Amino acid sequence: MISWSNFISQCINGVVLGALLALISSGLTIIYGTLGVLNLAHGALFMLGGYAGWYTYEHTQSYFLSIVLGALFVLLVGIIIERVLIRFFYSRTDEEQILVTFGLGIVIVEIIRLVFGSLSESIPIPHWAQGITSLGFMFYPTYRLVVVGIVALALFSLWLILYRTNLGMIVRAGIEDSEMVDMLGINVYRVFMVVFGVGAMAAGFAGVVNVPVTPITPDVGEDILVETFVVIVIGGVGSFPGAILGGLIAGEILSITSMFNPAYSQVMLFVVMTIVLFTRPYGLLGSKGRS
Amino acid sequence: MAYLDQKVVLNMSRLEKSIIKRLLPDLWVLISLVLAPVILPHLGFSQDVMNRILVYGLLGIGFDLLFGYTGLLSFGQAAFFGTGGFVTAYLLTNSFTSSIALALIAGVVVSAIVGFLVGLVALRRTGIYFAMITVAIGEVFYFLENSPLANYTGGENGLPGVPSPNFSIGNFVFQANQGWNMYIFLAICFLIGIVIARRIIHSPVGHILVAIRDNPLRAAAVGHRIQSYKQLIFVIAACYAGFAGGLLGILQGYMPPDAFSFDTSGQLVMQTVIGGVGTLLGPMVGASIWLYLRDFFQSTLGLGASWKLALGLVFMLLVIFLRKGVIGGFVDLNHLLHHKRKKHLESDPNPDTEVTLESLVSEIKPSKIHDINDIVLEVKGLSKRYGGLLANSDINFSVHRGELRGIIGPNGAGKSTFFKMLTCEVHPTSGSIKFEGRDITGFSVTDVCQLGLTKSYQVNQLFNQLTVTENVLIAVLAKEQGSFKPDLFHNASHDKRLHDMVDHTLSLVHLTNRKNHPVSELAYGEKRRLEIGLALATSPSLLLLDEPLAGMSPKERVETVRLLKAIGQDRTLIVIDHDMDAIFELAEKITVLREGKILVEGTPAEIRNNAQVQEAYLGGMEE
Repeated sequence: MISWSNFISQCINGVVLGALLALISSGLTIIYGTLGVLNLAHGALFMLGGYAGWYTYEHTQSYFLSIVLGALFVLLVGIIIERVLIRFFYSRTDEEQILVTFGLGIVIVEIIRLVFGSLSESIPIPHWAQGITSLGFMFYPTYRLVVVGIVALALFSLWLILYRTNLGMIVRAGIEDSEMVDMLGINVYRVFMVVFGVGAMAAGFAGVVNVPVTPITPDVGEDILVETFVVIVIGGVGSFPGAILGGLIAGEILSITSMFNPAYSQVMLFVVMTIVLFTRPYGLLGSKGRS
Repeated sequence: MAYLDQKVVLNMSRLEKSIIKRLLPDLWVLISLVLAPVILPHLGFSQDVMNRILVYGLLGIGFDLLFGYTGLLSFGQAAFFGTGGFVTAYLLTNSFTSSIALALIAGVVVSAIVGFLVGLVALRRTGIYFAMITVAIGEVFYFLENSPLANYTGGENGLPGVPSPNFSIGNFVFQANQGWNMYIFLAICFLIGIVIARRIIHSPVGHILVAIRDNPLRAAAVGHRIQSYKQLIFVIAACYAGFAGGLLGILQGYMPPDAFSFDTSGQLVMQTVIGGVGTLLGPMVGASIWLYLRDFFQSTLGLGASWKLALGLVFMLLVIFLRKGVIGGFVDLNHLLHHKRKKHLESDPNPDTEVTLESLVSEIKPSKIHDINDIVLEVKGLSKRYGGLLANSDINFSVHRGELRGIIGPNGAGKSTFFKMLTCEVHPTSGSIKFEGRDITGFSVTDVCQLGLTKSYQVNQLFNQLTVTENVLIAVLAKEQGSFKPDLFHNASHDKRLHDMVDHTLSLVHLTNRKNHPVSELAYGEKRRLEIGLALATSPSLLLLDEPLAGMSPKERVETVRLLKAIGQDRTLIVIDHDMDAIFELAEKITVLREGKILVEGTPAEIRNNAQVQEAYLGGMEE
């Protein structure tokens, strides 16, 4: 009934989904880690990226341009959001931050619905990535492999930014102790703006890359947001490696469970989250210090 | 005799007045519910909309207890709304019972059980983690309803054919589908919900919940098992949701699957914020505004499907500008119009009756027991390691009953770490702590406080949003109720015995004339005294004071030293402070810590003249 090739192809599907979740979650987690704000509009930003990419493709017919412009557009939106809204909430409570970003998410979704309607839209798979590729023992859709490659590249760039640049050092120091960073004479608020933008872009980028696989609707961000939360709870809040590990675990759980019965995939994800909460309350790679 | 009678009559009418005063808010709700069908239809509210407002209002009461009072922002209330709704609808449509009341109760019970289990998971964390976990849990229930349980719930179709309440008592026949009967049925349910919720918030539990929202660390430290209280309120909120869910099915004659959706939970959060958080009626007001604006945007303004965008913007504006929602806005406006800022009124009626040392000392029985062999606290080989840093190493320490011990030492000597281990805030790497003969190593702060060992903090840990009286009441409740008691219907605000205890503590720490002030309005020295008062109110037999004099003015220091002397009369005290004069005056015996070890122990005179101590403070950079 369940053949080996079926199983392996589901595992690879899990990697594809996991990579996407890892990228989206790392955006959310560096924003929370640095700014201390849980962004409930993150799913909406993922969706926004998808629409920006799709819109660009409609006008340019270029896959490459749609990814670049889509991601840059969400970066810009992220920076604007931080400047006109989020920065006024740094001194407010966690709950108020959650409420305002929750409202923002709804507003973004409804604006998109107003402009583009509720019907699903899609970008065709670029001609160079169409068809299937032989992995030696089985065939697999080429574009999905491309997705893994692109997302891995994006995660690697994020890693480079975080671990190999001055900005990244400030961000990581800010995750440990933002007050201290402030006292060292670094303008943390400038850094906050950039981090929010980059975090948003991570979601937006994932959004564009995903459109040829899964067509977008204005509501596509909601499920993603829920899955991202689970990823972060499993991986540990504020931890970049945790987001990647959590993303891959979540991707595999969703894919492998849905091979047996798709209805239980979300339930299984929740079961694993519960196990993690009971055995490692701060997530697999999280530490007690944060929160 | 005539005089006495008069007095009795006076007391009676005062009692009646106070009962009426207490019931007044309930009466207002009743009057509003009666008047609503007369007024609201003229404003464009249909009967159906009004019924829905009541259902969402009822769902919201539970949510407000959870979020507004306890500070737990849940995005998963739809899970219990749906659970209660589907259990009730399933029992009624599959003719397990024809009694609507029974089906509703079953729905509430199942929701409570589910709420208890979910609470075990979700309440393991707080803040953003809690919010994220509840989002995930809500989603899981949606999936469960949709596929694995579709045989029972009808999956995407929901459960049609839920009967509406029809019954007869004698000649009186009630049929819900006639006239305003459904509204009356729901209004009664809502009124019951409000009356119960108001009892809960005025009960000891209600006070403790607010304290948990304000400062969970201190609520636990004065001896409340906060996890149990959170679990309790989580279950109560689930009951409200389950009840409201059952009513939704009955109201519509159909149980819709989207009761379980994330949108339902989100809408509930938004309605509550719009109406006003922490008001109980806020969710109902919010639901009215929500449903009214939806119709207004959709039909009057012709916005069509973009009504949700408009409501989303309204919600954001409220979160940004009107932080207490519509009800809070009206309250503020009312204050502004009447210039009734409390500050102006509260010129103290009786200025501080200066409590002298003599009056304090005379009040406390001079029952000081000095038995060197009666050891209260015994510490053996206590060490604490933070990574590579050894904060305390191999400390042996004991205090006998009635002693007033001082602990001094240069900064970084490990004094505060030592205290934290004694109160079990942090657990030692090795060694043991015995309190009154019992090994308390590894206990929780809460349990240790219940045994009679607590401390006042170096940095104030008060309930900043509460008044001085309420602060002390929280500590008194821990003493009176033990670590957990689900005492939901006993009115703590009017319990004379509790208030006598609070007043006693307040007079000890010299804050009687500030009793009704919010903590945020107190001067620093007053906050320091309240900090001590919180610890004192739990009636500890061993009280630890971590730098009680820190940051005080010279005058305040003198007063506080007197206070410490007075409270040391009938309990054992250990005091850490940097004020040498004070410690030398207060303590009978002093322990000097240095670099995590005990340097020397002795009487003040011995310590004063000890060469090692002098070196520790003045020299000491060798190594």
